[in-house]
Amino acid sequence: MAKRILTVDDSKTMRDMVSFTLKKAGYEVGEAEDGRVALTVLAGSKFDLIITDLNMPNMDGISLIKNVRQDAKHRGVPILILTTESDDKKKGDGKAAGATGWLVKPFSPEKLIELIQRVCP
Amino acid sequence: MTTEAEGYPLAQFRKTYFEECAELLDALQSNLEILSNASGDDETLHAVFRSVHSIKGGAGAFGFADLVAFSHVFESLLDAMREHTIKLTPDVMQMVMRASDVLADMVNAARDDQSIAENHCSDIVTAMEGALNFPLELDGPTVHAKPAQEGSHLSGERRYRIAFAPHTEMLQKANEPLLLIRQLRKLGGLSVEVDTSRLPQLASLDPEAAYLGWTFNLDTGVPLSAIHEVFEFVEDDCDLRIEVVEPEAATHTTSDVVVRPTMSMAASPGDVVAPPASSAQSIRVDVDKVDRLVNLVGELVITQAMLTEQGTLLPVDQHPALIQGIEALAQGARELQESVMAIRAQPVKSVFARMPRVVRDLAATLGKEVRIITVGEMTEIDKTVIEQLNDPLTHMIRNALDHGIEGPDERAAAGKPRQGTINLSAAQRSGRIVIEVSDDGRGLNRERILAKAQERGLVAPGVTPTDEEIDNLIFVPAFSTADVVSNISGRGVGMDVVKRNVQSMGGRITVQSRFGSGSRFTLSLPLTLAVLDGMVVSVGKETFIIPLTAIIESLRPHQADIHPVVGRGLVLALRGEYLPLTHLHKCFAIADAASDPCRGIVIIVESESAGRIGVVVDELLGQQQVVVKSLEANYEAVDGISGATILGNGRVALILDIARLREVESSASTDPSPLAQHSAPIGVLKEAAHAA
Repeated sequence: MAKRILTVDDSKTMRDMVSFTLKKAGYEVGEAEDGRVALTVLAGSKFDLIITDLNMPNMDGISLIKNVRQDAKHRGVPILILTTESDDKKKGDGKAAGATGWLVKPFSPEKLIELIQRVCP
Repeated sequence: MTTEAEGYPLAQFRKTYFEECAELLDALQSNLEILSNASGDDETLHAVFRSVHSIKGGAGAFGFADLVAFSHVFESLLDAMREHTIKLTPDVMQMVMRASDVLADMVNAARDDQSIAENHCSDIVTAMEGALNFPLELDGPTVHAKPAQEGSHLSGERRYRIAFAPHTEMLQKANEPLLLIRQLRKLGGLSVEVDTSRLPQLASLDPEAAYLGWTFNLDTGVPLSAIHEVFEFVEDDCDLRIEVVEPEAATHTTSDVVVRPTMSMAASPGDVVAPPASSAQSIRVDVDKVDRLVNLVGELVITQAMLTEQGTLLPVDQHPALIQGIEALAQGARELQESVMAIRAQPVKSVFARMPRVVRDLAATLGKEVRIITVGEMTEIDKTVIEQLNDPLTHMIRNALDHGIEGPDERAAAGKPRQGTINLSAAQRSGRIVIEVSDDGRGLNRERILAKAQERGLVAPGVTPTDEEIDNLIFVPAFSTADVVSNISGRGVGMDVVKRNVQSMGGRITVQSRFGSGSRFTLSLPLTLAVLDGMVVSVGKETFIIPLTAIIESLRPHQADIHPVVGRGLVLALRGEYLPLTHLHKCFAIADAASDPCRGIVIIVESESAGRIGVVVDELLGQQQVVVKSLEANYEAVDGISGATILGNGRVALILDIARLREVESSASTDPSPLAQHSAPIGVLKEAAHAA
């Protein structure tokens, strides 16, 4: 049973790239363009991992993480934050909200897969 | 992502990225407009930040270092504004505007694989850094270095003792101790001891709390940093102590670790779920694909029209199902066509969004105070029309600003607010898009327009045109020459060009004005260029299409109303007006056609360059929506013909270019036929059109 990963990013380019890499590695991938859409998607299905951008319209990554962590059905899902922010503040905000780990953009497909296997083997 | 792995469709992602950049830059522009009008709130600023942020994110993925570096500084500035450490003063706004321009240039440069001149952005970068008040590293975000797996340059294998006790928070963030332990095991030989001393009685055990601790002995050649990397995500949520201990002589176990995790919070993999339903709200499709679809649907509509026509020949009582089917097909084909056209439709927002910028820049240059209000920017119109809309619209806005709206003092003296207003609106009305540009400026000065027109011989002396006619003189090519511009009513710079552009899109433009209180330009455009409402007419054995928008009326004249004019052929007297008559059969050298207008039909058509003329045809066959096929694409441009179409009976009909008919006729009277000039009898054109 292939693992299911939800990628949340307002940038179509990013979603495409992440999605392509993951599918190639054998994962099933769902996409959402912001936190609000992600929650809608999550309401209807389960995922083994969420990869989310932080800066998004409607609902940003931080709020998404908080929402997921309060949801009995999904709070145990590992969440990786994907961000260009290399400063610790954003990372800290993400962590405080309940992110499992982070990945700084730009990253290589190998790095992405490696990280995923670390939190969701 | 920086590596181009095998089969990694980077070119495709690149294309998506630049399409997305275009959208982001548009959004950036409109949000900056909102901010500069001081009507924005924090959310607007966030949106501005996100645009730049997303551009930077993608740029990093494709290795556009310049773009990353620049957007990084820009983003930092916006971030500081978000945090309110930098206030949104006019100076800062100016800087942000400039930065957004440079950003757009850099995106374009990256797209075209060009590099941008250093000095093009260095000024603004310096300015932004100055505002940020600290030097920035321009190398952008750094990629986390991969630990040296070999570690051979280090002092060989050593033993680390790691004491690790997760906090409950760590589990709540879905970090799994077992996974960390597995990760450690990959680094070398691992032995582990579990500390269960904190484990309470079962009755008081909180199943979601962390009670266990572990002590690991890891024999490995990797550096300390690699071990820290394993705990990278959890360092703040656990007790962690890593020591280097001397390699012991004692045997170390390399057996599999047996641990009993406190609990697993990972989602159980057994859950089978439906695919996400609402994740994709829009898809991106190559325009070429849509165009192909449009063409195919066009063919289908033609076939359907043919079937419908054949169907009318059948006796209704004998093939009821067939006729019903043909009717259903007609319905379906029409809906299909509308749906396909709707795919090509885009909101006019992409064009409207650029206008505030035009207004602001020009207002600053002219020293005027002007605001622009846009309405109906979500009105949708065909993509091709949108692309051609920018120039005329910019022209009209510039004119309104340059010549319509007065300077602040003059306005104040006239009892108007110092700030002028330009309204830009779009709406869909009866199958067409109506765009209005209105201003509250000084309006058209009819006396001076009329004086100038008379001077130029555009209006015969003694004739008194209506106000509307005077206003519309500004669209006459001979009227708007450069030297007239600034002294006349002010309007006139290239309004004939605007009108020509609009007409080439199958549109119309009119102006209404009140002297002293402003002008309103109204543009009416077809929703699409791919289909056209036409009047099907016959001349001899040939069939032509006249665009319905050009037709004013049609009539069969009395002999008494037809007058010959020396050197100019026949004219038709119609309600006190004399209209030149053009015979289509003369234009295209068609035999067996009615040469007497009183036996055929005269269609009164209007075009900008040719004015009103009467076109003599044999018969009106009916009004029909036709799919336009380009003649140039399949044969070559033919004077007097703007395109071709295939009718329901399978025959090709040429679409007339009304504006050129007079010239075609006069050159045809000296020469046999313009079609003959092209050495192409109509039969060849038909083949060309069929191939289309």
